[in-house]
Amino acid sequence: MVQVDNLGRILEEHPFAQGLDPALKDVMIGCAANERFEAGQFLFREGGEAKKFYLVRSGVVAVEVHAPGRQALTVETIDDGGVLGWSWLVAPYKWTFDARAQTLVRALSFDATCLMRKMESDPVLGYQVMKRFVPVMAHRLHAARMQMFDLYGPAKKG
Amino acid sequence: MPDSQAVIDRKDLGAMFALLAEEGYQPVAPRVHDGAVLYAPVSGPDDLPKGIGDEEEGGHYRLTERGDAKLFGHTKPVQGLKAHLYPARQKLWSAERAGHGFRIVKDQDPAPRYAFIGVRACELSAMLIQDKVFEGGPYADKGYAERRRNCFLVVVTCDHAGAACFCASQQTGPDVSEGYDLKLAEIIDGGRHVFLAEAGSEKGRALLDRLPRQAASEADLKAASDQRQAAAAGQKRAMISGVAELLAAQLESRHWEDVAKRCMSCGNCTMVCPTCFCSTMEDATDLSGLKAERTRKWDSCFSIDYSYIHGGSVRNSGASRYRQWMTHKLSHWVKQFGVSGCVGCGRCIIWCPVGIDITAEAKAILKGA
Amino acid sequence: MSAALQQADPMDVRPFRIEKIRKELSDVFTMELVPEGGGSFAFKPGQFNMIYSFGAGEVPISISGDPADPSKLIHTIRRVGAATEAIGNLSEGMAVGIRGPFGNPWPVEEVFGSDLVILAGGLGLAPLRPAIYMALAHRQRFGKVVLLYGSRSPSEILFPKELEKWRGRFDTKVRVTVDRAEPGWSGHVGVVTKLVKGAGFDPLHTVAFVCGPEIMMRYGIQALEDSGIDRTGIYVSMERNMKCGIGLCGHCQWGAPFVCKDGPVFRFDEVADAFKVREL
Repeated sequence: MVQVDNLGRILEEHPFAQGLDPALKDVMIGCAANERFEAGQFLFREGGEAKKFYLVRSGVVAVEVHAPGRQALTVETIDDGGVLGWSWLVAPYKWTFDARAQTLVRALSFDATCLMRKMESDPVLGYQVMKRFVPVMAHRLHAARMQMFDLYGPAKKG
Repeated sequence: MPDSQAVIDRKDLGAMFALLAEEGYQPVAPRVHDGAVLYAPVSGPDDLPKGIGDEEEGGHYRLTERGDAKLFGHTKPVQGLKAHLYPARQKLWSAERAGHGFRIVKDQDPAPRYAFIGVRACELSAMLIQDKVFEGGPYADKGYAERRRNCFLVVVTCDHAGAACFCASQQTGPDVSEGYDLKLAEIIDGGRHVFLAEAGSEKGRALLDRLPRQAASEADLKAASDQRQAAAAGQKRAMISGVAELLAAQLESRHWEDVAKRCMSCGNCTMVCPTCFCSTMEDATDLSGLKAERTRKWDSCFSIDYSYIHGGSVRNSGASRYRQWMTHKLSHWVKQFGVSGCVGCGRCIIWCPVGIDITAEAKAILKGA
Repeated sequence: MSAALQQADPMDVRPFRIEKIRKELSDVFTMELVPEGGGSFAFKPGQFNMIYSFGAGEVPISISGDPADPSKLIHTIRRVGAATEAIGNLSEGMAVGIRGPFGNPWPVEEVFGSDLVILAGGLGLAPLRPAIYMALAHRQRFGKVVLLYGSRSPSEILFPKELEKWRGRFDTKVRVTVDRAEPGWSGHVGVVTKLVKGAGFDPLHTVAFVCGPEIMMRYGIQALEDSGIDRTGIYVSMERNMKCGIGLCGHCQWGAPFVCKDGPVFRFDEVADAFKVREL
């Protein structure tokens, strides 16, 4: 199983896997695949079924919103070491944004159906995965709020 | 080794004013003006507030008749001497347009030479503190330094405490041991009215040598000592000890909100405080737009504009502004200048329109800590 | 009074001629100044001047030029109030008054030997630029040099040409992010704090210089600390109201420190508590 060994090493290199029990890592690898996206290619589209999430190994992914008559607006970029996609954890399991490779992107993807089944049956795994996703979501929320502050402009005149 | 003490008779006090004037000093001493005692130019002892006392409390000040002939029987003038050493409004320079640019014109008058007579211990302590502020750092205020260097100080010790006084707890009075040229204690014993005098500098010694005087008696020394003790023992207020550390640790005390409910942010306390030194600059042009002037004016940390940075003020709430004033005065000042910024004169209590008492607020913060 | 004595009074304003004005952003401009009547202007990176516009007032502004070139004085200014508007309305050939330089500098030479992280937000890049010039002039004295810059949008990136130039160096890492992307922007989008992760410095041997709006600095410092940099290795530049620039007017007090004479550059561990107190 050369391929699984490779995936294991790739997973280990990613910050997401830091401190994860080797046995659980192996379980996760069972749902993982190595993927590559050319610049411009979509990883997922808004409204699509969220059947995966990605651990970005290299490259930049733009999380975008599109609106008619306007160019797509990037709300965030995710690069090396980042985690992309949490909609697979939250009903109704639909992507809420577009994700497009801005450069060549290499990522480890995880099959949500496969992983979710294992998480349901192995609460320890479930907890470990959730424990790694909650901070991702918390950081995104924090970042979104900071972006709302409009930090860099002069203070609004009262 | 303290100087030997001499006694100057009341009738010879005028000679001191005359000698000082002769040496080019403008005597400035307490005098009654608009129902208050304040430091103002005087020509001799007749201008002093003879037989005048005062009563003071939070938000309260009245002159009283003492029923004696004391010239320095009041507690302290309503303002200290900072206005003379660091004027409330001072033109720093003017500028005039020249070509596409401008030229700065410095046209300052020579610094005045003041002889301050009737300086209280708290006043002198305040001056020593302002010396550190204006002359102790990397940059000195030249105007202050010059005025300060030029002045002659005649301290008069207190014979009683005002109701707002708390210098004893701040170790800034009622006695002083340095920084003056001449120290007087006013003694009235039946028909005898004298000043026990002690020089504190060469200048003071030289002046004293030229005055008619007698040797001091044991009784005079005792009378002066009794007065100082009475002035210390009579103090009804005291600053709690350890207030610098307390306030530094209580920046988030809920009590600031409590004070803010009473404080009107009027800034009176900062104006009458003899150590408050904040100032602002005013730049203006004349109507032609060809001449400009810079004026430095006293400022108060109680104003909203004081902490303004592009778009807003840092200290918007009254609580934060009162905290700034009190923590600066009693705590941060120690870190900045090595001494407390409060001399315990109590003027901030007297002139607060709602009678906020800095000693009581310190106690309340301690209680809530 | 002799000219030398007049010069010695830090309250005396010295006229400088505006040689060049460059518009940087819609409300930000850079001025190149030379002393009227000749002379030079030496300063250290991070220091500021009080800039006076005839009759209109005076404001503290950091110097944004190269400390190795004292022949001209460079300031980058945002129009935000009466005084900066008045300065902004002057044209080339006219004069402003200068008092300074004042304040404590970025300790560039003192931190030779470490990795250097420069974390800037918005106009905060201007007070850091002299430190960047100096660090790059002594590039071999540092380990890694990383510049992390956050801006509101791509069109509000300050000094874009220089950022590109610095990024083009093989020995310097430059990462730029914007809060709001615009069409055509293919760089990072997101808060500046996220640039810290993966910036590739050795946290145990890194010194960070941080400048930007106060909220950005608070979160930026947090991110630097999270990455393992000790707070004694983080320096910040503060901004407060100033009327004199020399510790005599009282306005810039931030707790016990006077921002003008004890700062504007502070080592973070010395002011960490002050950052936490509201309206201090």
